[in-house]
Amino acid sequence: MNQTVEQVEGLIQKRYKAGFTTDIESEMIRPGLDEEVIAMISAKKNEPEWLLAWRLKAYRHWLTMAEPKWAHLNIPPIDLQALHYYASPKQKNRPKSLDEVDPKLLETFDRLGVPLHERARLAGVAVDAVFDSVSVGTTFQKELKEAGVIFCSMSEAVAEHPELVQAYLGSVVPPTDNYFAALNSAVFSDGSFVYVPKDTVCPMELSTYFRINARDTGQFERTLIVAEAGSQVSYLEGCTAPMRDENQLHAAVVELVALDRAQIKYSTVQNWYPGDENGKGGIYNFVTKRGDCRGTESRICWTQVETGSAITWKYPSCILRGERSSGEFYSVALTHNHQQADTGTKMIHLGKGSTSKIISKGISAGRSNNSYRGLVRVAKKADDVRNYTQCDSLLIGKTCGAHTFPYIESANATAKIEHEATTSRIGEDQLFYCRSRGLDEEEAVALIVDGFCKEVFKELPMEFAVEAKALLEISLEGSVG
Amino acid sequence: MLEIKDLHVSTDGQEILKGLNLSVGEGELHAIMGPNGSGKSTLGYTLAGREDYQVTSGSIELNGEDLVEMEPDERAAAGVFLAFQYPVEIPGVNNAYFLRAALNAQRKARGEEEVDGVNFLKMVRESLKDLEMDESLLKRAVNEGFSGGEKKRNEIVQMAVLQPTLAILDETDSGLDIDALKLVAHGINQLRDGKRSFVVITHYQRLLDYLSPDHVHVLSGGRIVESGGPELAQRLEAEGYGYLEKAS
Repeated sequence: MNQTVEQVEGLIQKRYKAGFTTDIESEMIRPGLDEEVIAMISAKKNEPEWLLAWRLKAYRHWLTMAEPKWAHLNIPPIDLQALHYYASPKQKNRPKSLDEVDPKLLETFDRLGVPLHERARLAGVAVDAVFDSVSVGTTFQKELKEAGVIFCSMSEAVAEHPELVQAYLGSVVPPTDNYFAALNSAVFSDGSFVYVPKDTVCPMELSTYFRINARDTGQFERTLIVAEAGSQVSYLEGCTAPMRDENQLHAAVVELVALDRAQIKYSTVQNWYPGDENGKGGIYNFVTKRGDCRGTESRICWTQVETGSAITWKYPSCILRGERSSGEFYSVALTHNHQQADTGTKMIHLGKGSTSKIISKGISAGRSNNSYRGLVRVAKKADDVRNYTQCDSLLIGKTCGAHTFPYIESANATAKIEHEATTSRIGEDQLFYCRSRGLDEEEAVALIVDGFCKEVFKELPMEFAVEAKALLEISLEGSVG
Repeated sequence: MLEIKDLHVSTDGQEILKGLNLSVGEGELHAIMGPNGSGKSTLGYTLAGREDYQVTSGSIELNGEDLVEMEPDERAAAGVFLAFQYPVEIPGVNNAYFLRAALNAQRKARGEEEVDGVNFLKMVRESLKDLEMDESLLKRAVNEGFSGGEKKRNEIVQMAVLQPTLAILDETDSGLDIDALKLVAHGINQLRDGKRSFVVITHYQRLLDYLSPDHVHVLSGGRIVESGGPELAQRLEAEGYGYLEKAS
């Protein structure tokens, strides 16, 4: 048995294919965090006064807060004063179109499989590419504009659509929500903004690709998606970073607002650098993602495939405010080597007849720790709420851990809440069975893991399901013998 | 074809096979019978290359190639197939997908061209028809929620598609009712083409009634203690394994 375990662990040694660095001159704001730095960020972005005031208020509140300690994570102290809070590739003038963007940047996104130039773009997918603290460019803007959909960088939205930004920013995740959300509110740089008007079905998939490149920087992006009554939108984010020995901080905030009958599907394929096999380096991914089903029969669906980051702390949640609104959460979280993940969701049922569904698949290998943490809360006035939670863990080897922390708080007796959980191990039997049919060890592990994740993959948009599957396979690829 | 010489195999520090000799010629069907704990399943696992079964001495050759040093998937590509006594469930993995992945992995290893989805489906459908089995089997996850009989039949389907040169069936008849048993036997007979060789491990003579083996061997205490024709199986059925102790 031991031999099998060792071999399987060998397979898990990940070859991180996005680990290259782009050699480009950066313009940075001096390291450290204080009101002056915040004012400098705001000035760089030519922000209106209200936004600077909003940032400073968040900062002052943040000063009174402490880092959360409740997660099943071992987080080394982070020196926030040593970080740069703003880094952008140096450009003489702000590029007016993608043709003016530095070819080195375009090449970077090419290499990451996210071509931005017209001839190679992914058909039917509009991409906003964020490099360190700024958006490099957004594709298909014209086509989207014709449909009435706004899809641009947050900086652009602040300049062009300040009324929308001011109305919704912080309305789902208030600046005072938690330590990392407050930090983000104070220093956020770029991110994406989406607005889908009434009764509009967004004509293509929207996607943002986040890339951290510069050294000693944090990435603090902020995404806001507003779907007006009767509209529909599907959005995907992807992320990578170079391989570096020191840890880097990524503390994002994502807010979704769905009005009456609106549907938002938000998918994430997260592949931040996870650190090396000894646990050195890697991204700290401390993210607050929350959707507000504000309208009647509105629907928000989170799907995430998490394979990267040294430490993940993230709970994409739904506030089910509207009557008969529905929230869904589908998650695959893979950890190996020394990675730690504490991830899950919160379904807050406030509206009558609201429903939620949670499918979580955790895969742990190496010496990693993988925790599912989920809250299902039913308010007193929310009659006839239903929730179904299924939470499965797959262990590879004997030195990893899987943990499940479900919290159920129901104040209404009519609620129907179901919770199922399983833990299994990739058995020697399964491996030998596959190998006796001709599959090599890598293929066998990939196949078993793929089967385990099936229920989540089928929720991803087609193109990304293929990508997610390939990503898991790469993550499981390794050095046999 | 298959030459096993003085094979000693240990698992968990215990020697199970203690000098086994077996020679199977091209196109032959050999039945291995024997009491519980005699080493029958160990022989199956050892031939397929399960790693906790260690060959401590002796040799196994398939068409002149040394099997002992080969990985399980290399053996599969070389034409070895083991029908499991307890087929393993792989949740979420579609049966047809699994089978195609296996077939193509083997073909790739042999330097042959991979089979595309359309041709694969054609192949599988033909096999299923020959075996008088239902196509719905393909859409389900590998062995997940299968009855005991369905699992055994699924092994035969895999064998038919993978077309091994040496098929080892480990108690494929155990737990089958008489109809399922006939179906499995029919499947094996369909695949007997004068070239493919079979090693059929079984407790009972029942399956052999439908298979007409060329040779029957009795395995006891990790060695083959008696070999003969089909009449040996009949004698075992009549007298039980008890006579072995008297004989030895």
